[in-house]
Amino acid sequence: MINLPVFPIVIPALAAIIMMFLPKNVRLQRGLALGSIFVTLLVSLFLVHTVSQEGILTLNLGNWPAPFSITLVSDMLSALLVTTSTLLTFFIIWFAVHYFSTAYEENYLYVAMMFLLVGVNGAFTTGDIFNLFVFFEVFLISSYVLIVLGGKGVQLRESIKYLLVNVLASALFVMAVAYLYGAVGTLSLADLAQKIPLVDNPNVISVIGVLFIIVFGLKGALVPLHYWLPGSYVVAPTPILALFGALLTKVGVYSILRTYTLLFDVNGTFLQTFLIVLAVLTIITGMVGAIAYNDVKLIIIYNIMIAVGVILYGIAINTQTSLEGALYYLIHDMMIKAVLFMLVGMMIGITRSGQLREMGGLITRFPLFGWTFFIAALSLAGIPPLSGFFGKLLIVQGGVGEGDLFGPILVLISSLFVLFSVIKIFLNGFWGEERRQYDGPLIPFTNRLLVPVCLLLAVAVAYGFGAELMHPYITQAIEPLTQPELYIDAVLKE
Amino acid sequence: MDMKPKSNKRVNDVILQTAAVIIFFIIIVFSIHLFFSGHYSPGGGFIGGLMTAAALVLLLLAFDSKTLANVLPFDYRRMTALGALIAVLTAMHSIFFDLPFFTHAYDKFNLPLLGEETLHTAIAFDLGVYFVVIGVTMTIIQTIGESE
Amino acid sequence: MEIFVSIIIGALTMCAVYMILSKSLLRIIIGTSLFSHAAHLLVLTMSGLKTGAAPVLVDGVTDYTDPLPQALVLTAIVISFGVTAFFLVLAYRTYQELNTDNMEEMKGTESND
Repeated sequence: MINLPVFPIVIPALAAIIMMFLPKNVRLQRGLALGSIFVTLLVSLFLVHTVSQEGILTLNLGNWPAPFSITLVSDMLSALLVTTSTLLTFFIIWFAVHYFSTAYEENYLYVAMMFLLVGVNGAFTTGDIFNLFVFFEVFLISSYVLIVLGGKGVQLRESIKYLLVNVLASALFVMAVAYLYGAVGTLSLADLAQKIPLVDNPNVISVIGVLFIIVFGLKGALVPLHYWLPGSYVVAPTPILALFGALLTKVGVYSILRTYTLLFDVNGTFLQTFLIVLAVLTIITGMVGAIAYNDVKLIIIYNIMIAVGVILYGIAINTQTSLEGALYYLIHDMMIKAVLFMLVGMMIGITRSGQLREMGGLITRFPLFGWTFFIAALSLAGIPPLSGFFGKLLIVQGGVGEGDLFGPILVLISSLFVLFSVIKIFLNGFWGEERRQYDGPLIPFTNRLLVPVCLLLAVAVAYGFGAELMHPYITQAIEPLTQPELYIDAVLKE
Repeated sequence: MDMKPKSNKRVNDVILQTAAVIIFFIIIVFSIHLFFSGHYSPGGGFIGGLMTAAALVLLLLAFDSKTLANVLPFDYRRMTALGALIAVLTAMHSIFFDLPFFTHAYDKFNLPLLGEETLHTAIAFDLGVYFVVIGVTMTIIQTIGESE
Repeated sequence: MEIFVSIIIGALTMCAVYMILSKSLLRIIIGTSLFSHAAHLLVLTMSGLKTGAAPVLVDGVTDYTDPLPQALVLTAIVISFGVTAFFLVLAYRTYQELNTDNMEEMKGTESND
């Protein structure tokens, strides 16, 4: 099965195309979407298993030899992330089946969600930088479709800004690729990693590196490129918001992780300082936003920024420990953000309001809902032994090990702010008295909606408790990042 | 084919309508030529598809969307799906021979009328692209045009 | 030749930035497509504008044009074509819904909601 790495991309694509033929047959759409993603999930678990046994898998599309072909590279890092994103999409689509009315579902909702997964999985798997751009565009175009679904005035207004920012970022991406090709003469990541140290003028590479930070930072919402994030995410319907919040910014972070370990030598250079400063600013802005707002969606959206900052800090430190922490935290955050967005969306669906001061007392009527939120909140803040703890611990250890104290302390303080912001939602939303009679449209569906959320939360909690079991996989995922030779040898097979 | 110039409320564009019917076929034939020449020379599915779409848009300009729907009753969204399906299945065929995804197969065939020619799976992929381009372009133009 | 094209790219980018900073939505869209044109030209220019033969068709060609940037540019053009078309549809729908194409009136402030 040499084609194994391509299956997580092709299966959802094929299912989505078949679904395009019958947009009005909602039952078929749901069944095909869930079924095909379940198959994709099984395939990606098998992929993780195969990679753990046999090492990095590569596939040269079209049977042309690397580095001239389009290469797909499944190392442990991409296999784990592909599995996580497929898992998330499965539960989010399950949630969406109960959440959306048929009018939404008939408008290519699932098709766009599946293509989003195609793009994300492709971006995680691809081994050359131009196809990273292509897969970015695949999931971006799907996200454009998803964000305008429904077509309310506010939504359209914010979509325009989202679209504009991303179109500009894409053009900048093409420019960065052009400079890279002009300077080095290749676009395969492995080949680039080999040839970049041979470039005469290292300053050119630094400039290209900064250009790539701008491109990926725009996707990953790094300060000062984050301004589009709150406005455009807050207008999206809950399942779509969960999908965006869990996957899209994380692809930007993944791209920084991949390019900065493989291509640009960061240790002790200007780029490292630059990344650390960006990470710190992102964490601080996220903290301010998370405690300042009273809108539940916005609070969680600003928590995305804190998480992105923390992961980026781990990447910038660039040691074995900190990278392990960053990956731990990345996977944890993808799952737990999806859970929280779905829960917060349910709160809005029940109370018909996103404002905390108009909520309260939900736990008396929906005890299971309340406690699910409580566990998810603690997990987000990183209370041991829940899943957020180990990632942060390793990132802090990595930072201290490199002699940096400010960063680790900020990461720890940010945990307090995260805890404060989510407990604020818990206390004001679930605790206390019911302010009024809630009559939201989601009340009859609460239990059905909670099933996928609880299952995903269970996976996230198990991820925390099984951190020790995950450790060999995480270590294997980090190996090609700290020793790029492994990646280069696997792709170019010299 | 019912393509008689209809009486139009806005302007009397007999010249445009008469010319469009003739030019339409010229453009279509040229677009098919572009599509097939794409294998070795400039052309291909994308450009051929765009040109076909341009021909359809010309009809749309000269007549209206109702006439176009009567003459060419295609569901352009389905056409997009069909094209994508052809393209992906062509790319996938190599999986069944345990070759890498996208591997392209070709062989020489003795075709009637044309003589010995090489046939490539790339042409099937291009056909998919051709349909996708027509489908997407027409869907977009109809979406803007319908609401007017 | 490269210098000349670089100047064109600079001019295109300049116009694009000017257009994007204007208030009218349609101008912004034209600005983005100018910006992607500049990016596409840049890909071609960065790899050198040689006038050699096509690389694959005949054996023994030594002075050939690099085909990769052309493939990249075609892909990028297709993508930006699709996105621009989508952007136009979105702008049109937004105009219908909000009755304005002025970005000043599309700020996310409370008075506009």
